[in-house]
Amino acid sequence: MTRLSDVALVVRSKNTSPFTYSLDIMFREPRDYQYFKSRKLIDAVLVARLYRLKPDQVLDVIYFDPAMAIKICLPRDISSGAPGDSDVYGAQQHAPLLLWEFNGNAGH
Amino acid sequence: MAKFTVLSPTAILGYGFPERSFERGLDCHPDLIAVDAGSVDPGPYYLGAGKSFTDRAAVRRDLAILLGAAVARGIPLVIGSAGGAGAKPHLQWTVEIVRELAAELGLGFRLGMIPADVTHETLLEGLRQGKLQALAGAPTLDARSIAGAGALVAQMGVEPIQRALAAGCDVVVAGRAYDPAVFAALPMLRGFDPGLALHLGKILECAAIAASPGSGSDCALGILEDNRFVLQALSEARVFTPTSVAAHTLYEKSNPSLLPGPGGALDLTDVSFEDIGGGRVAVSGSRFVPSQGYQLKIEGARQAGYRSIAIAGIRDPIMIQAIEEILEQVRARVAELLPDGGRNGRLHFHIYGKNGVMGDREPVRDFVAHELGIVIDAVCADPESADTLCSLTRSTLLHFGYDGRIATAGNLAFPFSPSDLRAGAVYEFSVYHLLEADPLELFPLTIMEI
Repeated sequence: MTRLSDVALVVRSKNTSPFTYSLDIMFREPRDYQYFKSRKLIDAVLVARLYRLKPDQVLDVIYFDPAMAIKICLPRDISSGAPGDSDVYGAQQHAPLLLWEFNGNAGH
Repeated sequence: MAKFTVLSPTAILGYGFPERSFERGLDCHPDLIAVDAGSVDPGPYYLGAGKSFTDRAAVRRDLAILLGAAVARGIPLVIGSAGGAGAKPHLQWTVEIVRELAAELGLGFRLGMIPADVTHETLLEGLRQGKLQALAGAPTLDARSIAGAGALVAQMGVEPIQRALAAGCDVVVAGRAYDPAVFAALPMLRGFDPGLALHLGKILECAAIAASPGSGSDCALGILEDNRFVLQALSEARVFTPTSVAAHTLYEKSNPSLLPGPGGALDLTDVSFEDIGGGRVAVSGSRFVPSQGYQLKIEGARQAGYRSIAIAGIRDPIMIQAIEEILEQVRARVAELLPDGGRNGRLHFHIYGKNGVMGDREPVRDFVAHELGIVIDAVCADPESADTLCSLTRSTLLHFGYDGRIATAGNLAFPFSPSDLRAGAVYEFSVYHLLEADPLELFPLTIMEI
């Protein structure tokens, strides 16, 4: 098993609006990105499982070739900075993805 | 070949920049100095309360350098989303600093001021005419929620800024603006391609953040040409690379290929990033696709009450093991003690060491920490009620006799005395919608000779 953090250059989260945030994954090696892209290793079902959501709550999973990146858009339960919110910038929501382990030999 | 050079001093006005980098930028003879001063990232408080999230002394320092250079050299200076949130109090705050500096430095110029405030009536009219559309996750609006929506601003496009520049303004201080607009307005007025100008603005609004290594407090230069633009770092410490620019294209965007803005979308499907040596990257293929009808993004923040908090640590393993049940029992007990049954307050426990960051979305469920940090977060309609809710919750939790308790002297380790703190007014985003409107009507221009 390989952790995403072993093949990713960047794994991060950030607000895209006060009501949504995005998870970005960027790869170091083209072959790793292609491995993920061709198999759609990361999809709404996986993200829903990692973030305790239903797949239809995942707003988008986009493979973006110019940056060898995957972008995932998620809704917030509580808007940024409203009572009960715990991450105003949405900057610390990436850890479940970072530690996610996948089965494969993406260059390893 | 036509060329237009834009100098972006820093990611946010007030974040600072090395003077050496700025001088290097001036040596490249920029046609425009532009800076973005705003963001919704710091949350709803700043728009709602009319406060800047940047420090006055820091903004003053940046502005002194920018104004001095721009006026002396006759380079137009455009500041967007003044004061952070870009509403009336933020705009006034920024203009006051500009006037102070002009007097101190003995500078004379024509100042254009463009407010971006939206009235509740305008929004209501938009709702009635079916011209209002909620963005993902935003609440559904009706007449009542619009009336209570608090402070409202619209993100202006390039048109109001172009009007100010065409009127001969040397310095333009704009309220809330679409981030790239302050960079793209002048080159578009001069006939440069809107797709390239806006994409350049998208990158320059964060200045050197898109370079490698990235920095929010260093300058960057963009050179627009007929069929491409070139990005250039201004410090020896960093370079632009195709990867750093591509990575930035993803940043804070929902869909990296199609970036909607006022009047249309930036289509980056066919974009390419080319390393042209010397730490420079050439970008081409960015296209602007005008939309049917002109849509402006409206942001609103309304007051949600007042907050009082208490911070405490827990080191007792028996208590930690059952923390969630204990906190729910405490919540129920506190509700019984309050005259309104706790209906009018919002009590939240941030449990650091368990799920304080991710809440219900935290996938790690079985890990038990050896200590926890608890923030009791009480929000009520008035400060006194928030004090009461916070205080009762704190005292109930401190002495709560949970099942299996052995340590009977007190359940919480307080780092501070007093344990309870007033955190002031609390706001929440109330509007995040698109409104079909005229590009200029909401953004009147005021000209002042300084």
